[in-house]
Amino acid sequence: MEIIYSLAIGVLAGSGIWLLLRPRTFQVIMGLTLVSYAVNLFIFGMGRLSVGSPPIIEAGTVVDVSNYADPVPQALVLTAIVIGFATTALYLVVLLALRGLSNTDHVDGTEYNS
Amino acid sequence: MMGLLDHLPILPVAVPMMAGALMLLLKDSRRKALTGLAFLSVFIQFAVAVTLLFMTAGSIPNDWNNHIGVYLLGNWVAPFGIVFVVDKLSAVMLLLTIVLGICALIYSTAFWDRVGIHFHPLFQFILMGLNGAFLTGDLFNLFVFFEIFLAASYGLLLHGSGSRRVSSGLHYITVNLIGASLLLISISLIYGVTGTLNMADLGIKAGMLDAENRKLFETACAILGIAFLVKAAAWPLNFWLPNAYAAACAPVAALFAIMTKVGIYALVRMGSLLLPTGAPAAFGGEWMYAIGLGTLLFGTLGILAEKNIGRLVGYSIILSSGTLLTALGMPGVTLTGPSLFYLISSVLTTGAFFMLVELIKRTESFGSNVLSVSLEAFGLEEDNTSDYSGDVVGVAIPAALAFLGLSFFTCAILIACMPPFSGFVAKFALLSSALELTDNNLTGPSISAWLLVIAMLASGLATVIALGRSGVRLFWNSGSLQTPKLSIREAVPVSVLLFSCIALSIFAGPVMDFLADTASSLDDPYQYINAVITQASNKPIIGGH
Repeated sequence: MEIIYSLAIGVLAGSGIWLLLRPRTFQVIMGLTLVSYAVNLFIFGMGRLSVGSPPIIEAGTVVDVSNYADPVPQALVLTAIVIGFATTALYLVVLLALRGLSNTDHVDGTEYNS
Repeated sequence: MMGLLDHLPILPVAVPMMAGALMLLLKDSRRKALTGLAFLSVFIQFAVAVTLLFMTAGSIPNDWNNHIGVYLLGNWVAPFGIVFVVDKLSAVMLLLTIVLGICALIYSTAFWDRVGIHFHPLFQFILMGLNGAFLTGDLFNLFVFFEIFLAASYGLLLHGSGSRRVSSGLHYITVNLIGASLLLISISLIYGVTGTLNMADLGIKAGMLDAENRKLFETACAILGIAFLVKAAAWPLNFWLPNAYAAACAPVAALFAIMTKVGIYALVRMGSLLLPTGAPAAFGGEWMYAIGLGTLLFGTLGILAEKNIGRLVGYSIILSSGTLLTALGMPGVTLTGPSLFYLISSVLTTGAFFMLVELIKRTESFGSNVLSVSLEAFGLEEDNTSDYSGDVVGVAIPAALAFLGLSFFTCAILIACMPPFSGFVAKFALLSSALELTDNNLTGPSISAWLLVIAMLASGLATVIALGRSGVRLFWNSGSLQTPKLSIREAVPVSVLLFSCIALSIFAGPVMDFLADTASSLDDPYQYINAVITQASNKPIIGGH
């Protein structure tokens, strides 16, 4: 599972970075989204991967914590998703504003005709 | 029992948050209520910041451990819950933020808070994010506060609209979103390796890692360092800065002057806390020194080449970042105190300068800030006439031009660190303590100290040349100068900031003593760590106090 998981992160991050370096604003926002997916998966993976283990320990029982999933990365990833979602929405607005103001979807607001 | 004073550390975050939230309920047309609320909020924050400063200095009696205040949010114990920590460094940064904030707010009421919607709430949220970043003792919470002030700064940068703002805003947002990704990667990696996010706890746990995890930890720290260096506008991660800062409207740009210093603060704080574990290179040490020198060189070249006065101020911010990184990258802590003094002085000065630049722009007819040769060569045309605020602002104060000239002159002296003002005091202290540092095997100052001296003096010279050139072009070009209309609300904040720099030079002794104290407590991070950890053991896990 670990190898598939890390490959998924790698593919997402790699495609994200490639798109980030492209000149069109739409490609950049897709790149940012893919990178943030990769980052979110990475945060999640930092809690160690396990299947079917609950994150919450029942009160009053003595348990072996190694049977439980770490809830902190799950909380972190939730925060990161919310923040990432909000900033992406904002970015989308700026992107559209730039498209409207400059009549081009180049990130610099001007076309470079070579 | 917790006294009322013990609840102070939460106020710098809670007050602007509530004020901002209330403002969202008010229509933008109710300007009186909005500005009243804004001023109420900033003055409360100012009072809190001053009180906290005196408490950390020990002038107000408190039962804080080593005068370091620890505030447990929700009363969860330290390594598990989020803590706010007020030590001397945090208190100084809080006060600096709010002084700049008050001045920018006064300035904005003259014109800028009317040109778009939601100026005041965004202004409160940026203050909230900045205050929170200076207060928090939790790494992930630091990221959250970074995002809060960055999100507010996106809105404020776009305030006033126009294609220049939108296009530089797009670059600015992109860079900061990538920075946020780096921050998240490093923070989660640090958590994965050490199992803690509490910065004080990290200072203990990082020392106990085995070799394999240590490698991962240092990788994480390197990424964290890069994320902070992006914020601190270190070369080569700072190409976004001059355009973004020049595009922002004046009061916003003035407030942005402290945003690069948040990166510096984070580097200093993490560097201090990781000191006992052998801080990885990104936090202090050779790398920071080299990056600082690179930043200084970039800033020097940039300021010489730049003709647009707005971007000129941007480069002076880069110069101040470079100076700070170089000085903080020097071995030992003798330079930390003077660096902090320089930080305060440069933030106040650049803040004033950003506002001043807008006022000065009203005096010029188009093109007076551009070399006439390059004007022809590049076929420049006038842009953003819609931004011209002079007609709206109204009442002309007498001797406006004299005021502008004098302020520009003072600003230039302060930025170039010439005598007699605080910039000079700061740079003199930096240089003399750099030269006092002796290498282990050499008798005289080390090569890096000499390089630091040369780089700083060269950047000072470049600043004098650049600002002198623009000053001559702005004020002495014959015939085409218009007497600007100034509102008293615009003149006052500029003068307040400049006078606080002058006060800083008059009271340089006590301020420097306090900052040297701050530096020595940064050198002994166990004060901070103990304050957080003992606070935890004093409190029961469940139930009140």
